[in-house]
Amino acid sequence: MVAGGDGGSIELEIPARAEYVALARLVVSSMASTRRDLAEDRLDDLKVAVSEACTNAIEAHGKADTDDRVVLRCEEHDDRLVVQVEDRGRGFDPQSLPEHPPVTDPDRLNFERGLGIPLIRTLVDEVEFLSSGEGTAVRMAMFCGPSVSGLADLDDVDDDHPFDVEALD
Amino acid sequence: MDLDLDVTERNGVAVLAVKGEVDVYTAPRLREKLVELVTAGQHRIVVDLEGVEFLDSTGLGVLVGGLKRVRSHDGDLSLVCTQHRILKVFEITGLTKVFSIHESVDAAVAG
Repeated sequence: MVAGGDGGSIELEIPARAEYVALARLVVSSMASTRRDLAEDRLDDLKVAVSEACTNAIEAHGKADTDDRVVLRCEEHDDRLVVQVEDRGRGFDPQSLPEHPPVTDPDRLNFERGLGIPLIRTLVDEVEFLSSGEGTAVRMAMFCGPSVSGLADLDDVDDDHPFDVEALD
Repeated sequence: MDLDLDVTERNGVAVLAVKGEVDVYTAPRLREKLVELVTAGQHRIVVDLEGVEFLDSTGLGVLVGGLKRVRSHDGDLSLVCTQHRILKVFEITGLTKVFSIHESVDAAVAG
């Protein structure tokens, strides 16, 4: 990794089937676990958000009756990790999602769905829903430090003990 | 990916211990198990989530569906969960107010 620059990115195409959501979580959490200043509970948050986005993408492909794959893009920036989930479904309006009855209302039990997007909004640091009739991209960012391997560049080690490996943890 | 579902009975209450990851792929099996219990006349159910490593909104939806099902028979479905990462999704979605969530199976069975 070039000091001061942004890191790499990976792209993963997954078949739009339920059994692949676990793989998407695994890839993202492996990537995220190398980042500095991303606490374990934030890693759990990201896993849930990725799971929700992939679940919605797979459902969108089912409704659109397409065999296209869902695309998962992970971008490593110095100050954040960005995960984008793209589908080729028919899109939706993120501003006009149906609201659930309040939790105190017995009717709340009639709604098993619709919790994914509110969860994504709460769990990640930034999220953007880009949707049209051609598909949807959910772009989620978690703020964190650079990856631990990136710190092998001594320029990035800013304390007085550049060779203190403990400091890299 | 494994999801283990194990049912035991305690004082007339069915205790369903869930182990593994609950997501869009595995949640249908949890739903089937809950339907199976209710169909067999078991309307007091405790779902023990202590062995759950991951749970997203699909899992939450199945539990909401299970609660609705037992309530329609004047029964109850309560949860056992002390794991912060699992409780968090219940808190964000407000479902901590819908379910009674206990710290142990004993407490849940005592209701």
